[in-house]
Amino acid sequence: MRLELEDVRIAYGRAEVVFGVSLDVAHHSFTCLMGRNGVGKTTLLNGLMGVLPLKAGAIRLDGRDITRLSTPQRARAGIGYVPQGHQVFPYLTARENLAVVRDRAGRGDQSAVDDALDVFPALRKLLGRPAGLLSGGQAQQLAIARALVTRPQLLVLDEPTEGIQPSIILEIEDAISALHSSGMTILLVEQYVEFALRLAQRYAVMDGGLIVHSGDTASIDVAGFSDLLAV
Amino acid sequence: METTLSNLYIGVTLASILLLVGLGLTFTFGQMGVINMAHGEFIMAGAYVPYVLQTSVLSGARGGAVLVAFPLAFLVAGVMGLVLERVLLRRMYGRPLDTLLVTFGVSLMLQQAAKDLFSANNKDVVTPTYLRGQWDLFGVTLTHTRLFVLLVVVLTMVGVWVFMSRLAAGRRMRAVMQNRELAAVSGLPTSRVDATTFFLGSGLAGIAGVAVSLIGPIGTATGTAYILSAFLVVIVGGLGKLRGVVLAALLLGTLNAFVEHATSSTLGRAAVFAFVILFLQFRPNGIVSFRTRGLAV
Repeated sequence: MRLELEDVRIAYGRAEVVFGVSLDVAHHSFTCLMGRNGVGKTTLLNGLMGVLPLKAGAIRLDGRDITRLSTPQRARAGIGYVPQGHQVFPYLTARENLAVVRDRAGRGDQSAVDDALDVFPALRKLLGRPAGLLSGGQAQQLAIARALVTRPQLLVLDEPTEGIQPSIILEIEDAISALHSSGMTILLVEQYVEFALRLAQRYAVMDGGLIVHSGDTASIDVAGFSDLLAV
Repeated sequence: METTLSNLYIGVTLASILLLVGLGLTFTFGQMGVINMAHGEFIMAGAYVPYVLQTSVLSGARGGAVLVAFPLAFLVAGVMGLVLERVLLRRMYGRPLDTLLVTFGVSLMLQQAAKDLFSANNKDVVTPTYLRGQWDLFGVTLTHTRLFVLLVVVLTMVGVWVFMSRLAAGRRMRAVMQNRELAAVSGLPTSRVDATTFFLGSGLAGIAGVAVSLIGPIGTATGTAYILSAFLVVIVGGLGKLRGVVLAALLLGTLNAFVEHATSSTLGRAAVFAFVILFLQFRPNGIVSFRTRGLAV
């Protein structure tokens, strides 16, 4: 699935935060979006998902304009979104967290849950536990698994390593890498530069609500704009 | 001993009504956070349903009218709630004070509409023959009507529990109430779920209305009499927690019954309020609260 953002502008009331971002995430590609805190990365993703309205610009999925679709409609169009902060439905069990998305529009396919659990087998032992009692790493794995249950063609992850212990980060890295290898298009927002660059083929760096650098990760000069990536 | 048992029975029956009224609020107030002051008028609407049936299409089968009234009142009150949610409240989520004022206005309009339709005089729903009579057990008089109301409460509770914990629609409802934004980005139809929640919560008020009509006269203020206590039950129970609502209804119902028996009905209500104020100092999240690893509970 190809994602195109065209001259996207987003504002909180009168305060504009994203000033005309254009980004082309090619079919089957892996793109990472980097930048310091407060440069507009999460705001851009919220605009992509329709959580925040666009002030101007357009969003297309495989050429189809989704700018006017509601948030749930965008998700159902094929975007699997893992928001920042390992978010789960805290009072639902881990099993219910997956089932509720499986059955989001009528009775869903259990094999989608099984496939998601194959990506994070450690979750199988935790299925009966309320998700609010999971550790940060477990909750993040559940959050990614939940997005996978929708069988997305485009997976969008917002800082999946934030606050997660190193061993779980490695598991998440392996999982994301395998998902990409299986053909999924991935857009990763990440401040952990080494993690992002190990995985992605393309990169874009945001600063002050704009994309200021972009290119292939193979030829990135991290030292050249380290001030834009410092956390 | 007999007095204690009698008070306990009165407390349980009062609790059952509070529970039925509180169940609906568990959805709209406990789960969605909407303070719907018109919820009492949905109870009133439900209470008028058996009266209308008994005085019109089912005047020849008054006993059957009561049974038909339960599902019909659920539908009538549910549709009223649905209309309120779609027309007004959906534009006001996250604005509790505006919601409070608007629903208070709707409540007054519905009461006036009921006065215009049925007059300001109280009406009686004729008790079906199968509910007339009583049993005496250890000196306590168990009227068939109150036992029937208890049965309705139990069946409704079971129905709600099955819906919320076993069915996909109930799971969707819980997910949306716990994290609306996450539900939306996960593709759950949040707007439709809101409408369903309001329909269900309001429909339960309709069932409560029919139950209320069986234990006394009904009028345009029928809902108002119960609504405040029902809010207390939901708050003391722990917002949105079914188990908590059951416990809170039993606690407040029996407390009211015992104090009322020893003193007066006014002091009975005062005791309930005093208890709630004290209770919330020590357990501000209610009887049943669930802690997560996060700071927010």
